[in-house]
Amino acid sequence: MTEIISLKDVDVTFHQTKQKVVHAVQKVSLSIEKGDIFAIVGFSGAGKSTLVRTINLLQVPTNGQVSVSGKCLSRSGRVLIGKKELQQERRQIGMIFQGFNLLNETTVIENVAFALRHTKLRDDEIEQRCLELLRLVGLQDKAEAYPSQLSGGQQQRVAIARALANKPNILISDEATSALDPQNTEQILKLLKRLNRELGLTIVLITHEMSAVKQIANKVAVMQAGQLIEQGDLHQIFLHPKKELTRQFVGGSSAAVSTLETLHLAQLTSNEAIFQLVYNVKNVTQSIIVELYRKLGIEASMLYGNVELLNDEPVGTLVILVKGDYVQQTEAVKFLKAQNVDVSRLDERGNLYD
Amino acid sequence: MIEWFVKTFPNVVALGWLGDTGWGTAIFQTLFMTFWSAIFGGFLGIVFGLILVLTKPHGIRANSFWFHFSDQLVSLFRAIPFIILLAFVAPVTQAIVRTQVGIKAALVPLTLGVFPFYARQVQVALESVDPGKIEAAQSLGASLSDIIFTVYLREARSELIRISTVTLISLVGLTAMAGAVGAGGLGNTAISYGYNHFDNDVTLIATLLVLVLVLLIQVIGDQLAKNLNHQKK
Repeated sequence: MTEIISLKDVDVTFHQTKQKVVHAVQKVSLSIEKGDIFAIVGFSGAGKSTLVRTINLLQVPTNGQVSVSGKCLSRSGRVLIGKKELQQERRQIGMIFQGFNLLNETTVIENVAFALRHTKLRDDEIEQRCLELLRLVGLQDKAEAYPSQLSGGQQQRVAIARALANKPNILISDEATSALDPQNTEQILKLLKRLNRELGLTIVLITHEMSAVKQIANKVAVMQAGQLIEQGDLHQIFLHPKKELTRQFVGGSSAAVSTLETLHLAQLTSNEAIFQLVYNVKNVTQSIIVELYRKLGIEASMLYGNVELLNDEPVGTLVILVKGDYVQQTEAVKFLKAQNVDVSRLDERGNLYD
Repeated sequence: MIEWFVKTFPNVVALGWLGDTGWGTAIFQTLFMTFWSAIFGGFLGIVFGLILVLTKPHGIRANSFWFHFSDQLVSLFRAIPFIILLAFVAPVTQAIVRTQVGIKAALVPLTLGVFPFYARQVQVALESVDPGKIEAAQSLGASLSDIIFTVYLREARSELIRISTVTLISLVGLTAMAGAVGAGGLGNTAISYGYNHFDNDVTLIATLLVLVLVLLIQVIGDQLAKNLNHQKK
């Protein structure tokens, strides 16, 4: 696989006033390969949007290095290419936004044509290309409409057509589905996945919706307070999350926690322990609870269970209550880990147990 | 009807239609001053409005020198009362149009009087354009002129027409004031031939004509702003 986007030690610092300095992005390095759907997740204010804006230099980093398609665009706070060249580079990186950002006083087809203004194409060729793009997103019959006459999902599809007009290699999606209802979100995600498969488009997906990530991403990076705290491929992040925040974001964690809260369990005795197990259903074929009893004689009851699709692969989440003394608990954990199951201990309220 | 008019407004009729004191001449002078100062002042206003928005901190061509320069200039001219500006710029007027009286001479103070007012409103109108749209245009590799004409001016056009209407109306007011110092027009008729001669009928008719002009501008402006707006209400 070839690297298409490379960020090295990227910092973005804002000086809001003389005293107040905000480190929006700190020492972030990441490498995105051609054909990836690379998700960057984190709560609002984590610096995700600022980080991706350094890729097309809508935000010039204060420090660090940004390279796209092997070409270094910015180093140590300086832009290394001229204005004209930067405009050309940006046309190779499409971008879509939460608020769609279409031009409201121009028709749908003019919005798409706006992106093609600097090509050498003749007017009729531009029109052809625009209609082709609108067909790609299923909106050819809306060419003469104004954006305000379209639904949110349709507007986002126009924005995608516009972003793809210059045949970019990269598409940056900045919370593009966050303002849409579930049905439209589903449509847009399917469209992105299709574009990734059919055009080999590399997609950088910023979102706080884990469901979107699970559905289409193959790699995930987790951001917190301007820093990248964890990154890896989707399964690794999902099955073996290392950081607390990652656990909160991924896994059935949040659903499991709310289930545990409704159970109102009594304070656990020292002979009880709650474990959250996350595993790839394909790899773990035996029934875990039955195996625990058969092999180790340890009794476990199930408090919560769920299987969901992760980029089309089934992943299971189980929360079990294990009965047994400390030695037995330790044995159970060891056994489960040997089965390729990610184990984390929870307290009776579903919080991580330390 | 005509007899009644002649009887009721004798001084109005006495002024005649053409000639130095005529109504036709006055109307033409008012329209002439409004039109040309709107063209010059409007151009300057849009240019300064654009400079203010583009060069402001975090603007797409952030430049603190140009921002502060135009900001101060606009504030300065806005602070001078128009009637004083008329006298104050007389030497400049002399240099540009080679005379200090008449409707052409009035264009200089009118333009200088209206442009800062308009520039501020253009600034507000352009700032109402969602910064996300500017960002989207930049992400598409748009040039500065694409962003100015297709994003800023076009997206704000309905708002621009609305403020232009307001500005034109206040400009009609300014031409009346310029009339008072010898530039002619309906303002001059109302004051020199009406008020100063105690001919109140002349003042009344001049006022009505100005009102009709203002009303026309308002109606046309509102309609245009409405027709050119495709934003969500």
